[in-house]
Amino acid sequence: MSTAVAPAPAASEPSFYQGEGAHSIRSWLLTTDHKRIAILYLSAMLVFFLTGMTIGVFMRLEQLTMGPTLMKPTTYNALFTLHGVIMIFLFVIPGLPAVFGNFCLPIMIGAKDVAFPRLNLLSWYLFMAGAVIALTSLFTGGGPPDTGWSFYVPYSVTTSTNVTLAVLGAFVIGFSSILTGINFITTMHRLRAPGMRWMRMPLFPWALYATAWVQVLATPILGITLLLVVLERVFHLGIFNPAIGGDPILYQHLFWTYSHPAVYIMIIPAMGAISEIIPTFAHRTIFGYRMIVASSMGIAGLGSLVWAHHMFTSGMSDTANVIFSLLTFLVAIPSAIKVFNWVATLYKGSIELRAPMLFALAFIFLFSIGGLTGLFQGALAVNVHIHDTYFIVGHFHYVMFGGTGFAFFAALHYWYPKMFGRMYNERTAVVAWVHMFVGFNLLYFTFLVMGVQGMPRRYYDHLPTFHVGHQIATVGSWILVAGILIMVGNLVRGLFRPVSLPANPWGGVTLEWSVPSPPPVENFTVLPVITGPPYQFNPPAEEAA
Amino acid sequence: MDARPAASVVEPHPATEHHDYQGAKLGMWIFIMTELILFGGLFIAYGVYREMHADDFHTASSELNVRLGVANTLILLTSSLTIALSITALRLRRKGQAMVLLASTMVLGCAFLVNKFFEWSAKIHHGLYPGSEHLMARPPGQRLFFGLYYGMTGLHGLHVTVGVVLMAVMLRLIARGKIRHDNFIALENSGLYWHLVDVIWIFLLPLFYLAA
Repeated sequence: MSTAVAPAPAASEPSFYQGEGAHSIRSWLLTTDHKRIAILYLSAMLVFFLTGMTIGVFMRLEQLTMGPTLMKPTTYNALFTLHGVIMIFLFVIPGLPAVFGNFCLPIMIGAKDVAFPRLNLLSWYLFMAGAVIALTSLFTGGGPPDTGWSFYVPYSVTTSTNVTLAVLGAFVIGFSSILTGINFITTMHRLRAPGMRWMRMPLFPWALYATAWVQVLATPILGITLLLVVLERVFHLGIFNPAIGGDPILYQHLFWTYSHPAVYIMIIPAMGAISEIIPTFAHRTIFGYRMIVASSMGIAGLGSLVWAHHMFTSGMSDTANVIFSLLTFLVAIPSAIKVFNWVATLYKGSIELRAPMLFALAFIFLFSIGGLTGLFQGALAVNVHIHDTYFIVGHFHYVMFGGTGFAFFAALHYWYPKMFGRMYNERTAVVAWVHMFVGFNLLYFTFLVMGVQGMPRRYYDHLPTFHVGHQIATVGSWILVAGILIMVGNLVRGLFRPVSLPANPWGGVTLEWSVPSPPPVENFTVLPVITGPPYQFNPPAEEAA
Repeated sequence: MDARPAASVVEPHPATEHHDYQGAKLGMWIFIMTELILFGGLFIAYGVYREMHADDFHTASSELNVRLGVANTLILLTSSLTIALSITALRLRRKGQAMVLLASTMVLGCAFLVNKFFEWSAKIHHGLYPGSEHLMARPPGQRLFFGLYYGMTGLHGLHVTVGVVLMAVMLRLIARGKIRHDNFIALENSGLYWHLVDVIWIFLLPLFYLAA
């Protein structure tokens, strides 16, 4: 590994947790330090994730037996809407950029903070405000929304449940996402350390850069679409309401114009985190750095042109269907390039199977299944058969949970020592990982099978044909949840250990490993100067010696 | 990654300066782009429905008051001029002049909103508002036209209101000496925002008032 790291700050330099008045709640709530804001996001998001998970467990329990098990059909409708809204808008979309992007991005490019630190804090407050508004919708008005997370019109306009508040919450969260995107783009354009040319920037920042552009370009479309749903409900504007003259298909177009790129907002940073973890634990430079950069930008670009593949059965023209199907196949290419690059990085590396690496390897496996099942749905004829079945649900969870979720946990285990200066119990982390991996596949692979057999999604009950499948899936959900609880417990317990870690416990070579764990307030006492490409584990000088 | 102390760096780097003028401007331009896309969704809806109901849009458009629309356009264009002059005045260290010009921009913004208020209330008085019986009796294209009219000019009016509030804040910051001839990026970005509001109106005028 590279020995040439930035000069270590004086040992007495306090970390960003310490210093005068640094322990007061006020100092946390008014902080503009990107590291503290990341911790604020992390704590909020873990709560949301566990809430969403609990709702998911209740849905699985309902399907354990045929007929009513725990709840009424209307409750089930509310639950899958909540599960989707909480997981998507409060965890998966903001997850990696808001937590690890905030914490690591400035350090990885050699900056002291993001370009607009106060705006960064405002983003967190907007995020929390949106979350509170969305959660308020559960207990007020006509009860929790029951439209599904996609808020399709005309039902979302006619239902008496509290769609208006939920949609407003999503709108505010979208605003927070836009501000974070603007902040990150400006940070990377203006604050890279001297000598860090674009092609010397590590891959996680590159992924965040691609993501930030998608956030900035796509989120406003969601903003206006959701705003129109609110106006539709309150003032009967008619833009989407067929009773007045509007076209519900236009809603679907506008909704997916954001919400398909949104899945790339979810997955590109995950890919970036994996691109950091794989070289560190293979002790080998990343294979095809330039292609990974290009594919991140390629996914961001192509991914913006495929939205209508969600609407193959909505009644578009055949020409449109064929074009969107073709574009959908194209977007698989850059994703596949990344998978090949990670595998090629492992080839002939000295692989160390530590906890973050296990999560990262699980990511590659699960994401590949998720990506390949996505191609099934891109094919028009197959799509008609599996549309609105459990196959879609299975595919989506393979990509979003097996992909982004596992990458989030990989990143959490990877950067945890840097964020807290402490180490979790690694053996327990591996136990948790085994449970999660086994439970995950038992749960969602069964979904894929049931989907092909014809089990429709969002149904409160099932036919006897699917009974065994649902039972297997529910058992899988128990194993998965056990794994998650072990993992969270392990990470929380780690916080009570003494701070005792060196700056670089994993032998990483990007800049964040050159500063103490946890980092000091200003990150760097002396600004680093970059003279070469990232991921140089064997600098030529060292080899010569 | 190879790194050594920054002692040899001579050129100033944005990371070492507290106020990054270029960075602030870059951020503002990206924000303006997101605003354009926000309105873009509505412009798409307008385009789709005008294509579907060309005649209805034509008929409905003739009911809007072109004079009021043009008057408001002149008001907004003038206000864009005054805020641009205000920025230049501040850069030339004429603080008082800058504040007067900024205040006139605010007055013009308010004048726009007052006009809008009378225009809307006249329409509503005639029963022309979304969901009204009078409007629902008309063909779908006209309902959509007025739906879009209220939606788009309403969102634009909201932006004008935000702009006026923003300028009030700027006025206070200039008075307190926080925005000065050597640190005027906040005022300049407010100016950019105001021009954006102006530009959007330039497109709304022909689409709604002159479509007949």
